[in-house]
Amino acid sequence: MKERMNIVVVGHVDHGKSTLIGRLLADTNSLPVGKLEQVKRNCELNAKPFEYAFLLDALIDEQSQGITIDTARVFFKTSKREYIIIDAPGHIEFLKNMISGAARAEAAILLIDAHEGIAENSKRHAYMLSLLGIKQIVVAINKMDLVNYSEDKFNEIKNEYSIFLKEIGIVPITYIPISARLGLNLIEHSDLMSWYTGKTILEIIDSFEKEIEEQDKDFRMFVQGVYKFTENGDNRRIIAGTINSGTINVGDEIIFLPSNKKSTVKTIEIFGKDSPLFAYAEQAIGITLTTQIYVKAGDLICRADQKLPFTTNRFRANIFWMGKNPLRMNNKYKLKIGTNKTGLSIEKIISVMNASNLESFTNQNEVHRNEVAQIIFKTDKPISFDLFNQIKSTGRFVIVDEYDIAGGGIIVEALEEEIKQETFNYSEFEKEFYQLVKKFFPHWEIKTAIE
Amino acid sequence: MDYLDKLEAQSIYIFREAYREFKHLAMLWSIGKDSTVLLHLARKAFFGHVPFPLIHIDTSFKIPEMIEYRNKLAKQLKLNLIVGQNKEALRTKQTFPDGNVDRITCCKLLKTEALKKTLSGNFVRYKFDHELGVFVEDPNKEAYTGVIVGVRADEEGSRSKERYFSPRDKNSDWDIGDQPPELWNQFKTEFAPNTHVRIHPLLDWTELNIWEYIDRENIPVVSLYFDNGNGKRYRSLGCYPCTFPIESTAKNVKEIIEELKSGKLKNIAERSGRAQDKDGGGTLEELRREGYM
Repeated sequence: MKERMNIVVVGHVDHGKSTLIGRLLADTNSLPVGKLEQVKRNCELNAKPFEYAFLLDALIDEQSQGITIDTARVFFKTSKREYIIIDAPGHIEFLKNMISGAARAEAAILLIDAHEGIAENSKRHAYMLSLLGIKQIVVAINKMDLVNYSEDKFNEIKNEYSIFLKEIGIVPITYIPISARLGLNLIEHSDLMSWYTGKTILEIIDSFEKEIEEQDKDFRMFVQGVYKFTENGDNRRIIAGTINSGTINVGDEIIFLPSNKKSTVKTIEIFGKDSPLFAYAEQAIGITLTTQIYVKAGDLICRADQKLPFTTNRFRANIFWMGKNPLRMNNKYKLKIGTNKTGLSIEKIISVMNASNLESFTNQNEVHRNEVAQIIFKTDKPISFDLFNQIKSTGRFVIVDEYDIAGGGIIVEALEEEIKQETFNYSEFEKEFYQLVKKFFPHWEIKTAIE
Repeated sequence: MDYLDKLEAQSIYIFREAYREFKHLAMLWSIGKDSTVLLHLARKAFFGHVPFPLIHIDTSFKIPEMIEYRNKLAKQLKLNLIVGQNKEALRTKQTFPDGNVDRITCCKLLKTEALKKTLSGNFVRYKFDHELGVFVEDPNKEAYTGVIVGVRADEEGSRSKERYFSPRDKNSDWDIGDQPPELWNQFKTEFAPNTHVRIHPLLDWTELNIWEYIDRENIPVVSLYFDNGNGKRYRSLGCYPCTFPIESTAKNVKEIIEELKSGKLKNIAERSGRAQDKDGGGTLEELRREGYM
């Protein structure tokens, strides 16, 4: 089966990420004819030494400043499969771009400059990878040519870095000594580092495993829209969405959360396919129902015969903040989880951490740009979700501040729902009636604001 | 799911997000292979319907077969087709073919400017009337706030840095150094008044993926892409004074795929036949910063 995989290259600024990718493209003949020559000629014209990074840093500002500003998608192919390699910027100022790139990846190459050693963003990027849930990580120790190809230096960095990675729960697949600029240990082993007998970068890339699709889990699908296009006599009322996890069949009883409305799948709709009987994770589909009930974009569809997600208005999450303004107690934000949106506020900032040295602070009132934090959130309306370690795509969310996505987070714990105090006064009759219901029909589990 | 299935599903997701979030949504349709795939994906996303207008920017220098194909498909699929044009520049002959401006200025006037003002409603929009069979002036002058465009990341450098949902400020300018974060299929759908968002469902597709998909789905494309006997065909379509056919004997989709995979085009840049890319480094980026697609 034809396969494609997204891989991100991360690490501190100037540790050689764009150079690694550029060299990989050049050495595997993946560049368009004339591209290498054209970039070399441009360098000569501008009297600057050629760098492989120029093959990727395509923006005018990037070339003039010699820095990667934004993440780039680079297409690359081996005999095994097709890749999109994502070149992430290493400068702290562009962390949000690094996150945009890394969030799409299934595996990561973490680059460390052997000469400079472990730097601030070597650690911060590793932490972000763990937060984003990327498990397949390989550490490439670059610029070995600047440290005389020393095995001792390699081991020194490896030992120091693995202590840090262990603290944040990352076990890398392996460590590779390379020189991206000279093309050593990228495609072929280098005699200059005969002490290294492990895989080359290319071999490592091909050995990454495809993420297991979430097909075996419980069925989840966020409603993306409810369509009724009447043109050409079409009278279907179609509930459209992309399946987050699990499978669904015609005839399944389903529940819409948080409203708890039930119905049964009458048909599955995929344009160009004749009445499919089932559909599975990642497919973009539509369904029609046997009964006409009111549902809307943002509802989470689950199967009645499976375990349901949590539904509550309080949860604990680990977040990273990318906003221009800090995340503040008492401010109002918007939460987007799947296709669902609701108002969001902070109940408590448990801790704020600097991801590059794991220094943690409690009693904070705000979270600044590029910091990570553990927070208890409250939503304006109850939402339905899973924990991130159970079903990824229904356990993560973004925070919108005014017009911009300013933070992202993963849900680690569902907390008990806070019942909002209704402010109207109940009559004596209502109070007595409630007490009677509670006494004689406790199995109804009636909850009101009367108490 | 194989990788074409995954690309398709992701594109459909983007279409549906755009449709839900943008009240004034339109799709650019350039008649080329990418926008034809885009149209096919829109019909998949909306179960056979295309619930927004398609906008074609007619420079008046398009290869005639393109216009013929456009009108034919619009009738066949009953598309809501809107055509925009920079009439003033054409009237005063401020064009490269007229010899009065250079290629880049011509692109800016006939494409970027025409696009900007057609989207904003400042230029007259011509809408295809399916009953009368002719184009009539569109009374709707509301600005479009979401515009679906078929650009791909593998086409050139600045496009490799794009977002799926890419904001443009009120002058249609693209702030390339400060793009919004985009993660976990959450896009920038909140935006300030007078700005608009370009939506890119094909960003992850390569030229080869496009042809493989055209082959798999049996999507008809304009015949200019094939060698019709003279050993030449177009690889990328545009205006005839600035777009040149390449030497190739590929006569059908399968032969094009072969040519891209292992044949003579394996490592040749797709836009090598587009003259406006060549006038100096970073030219397309400059055009795009100002609103070019």
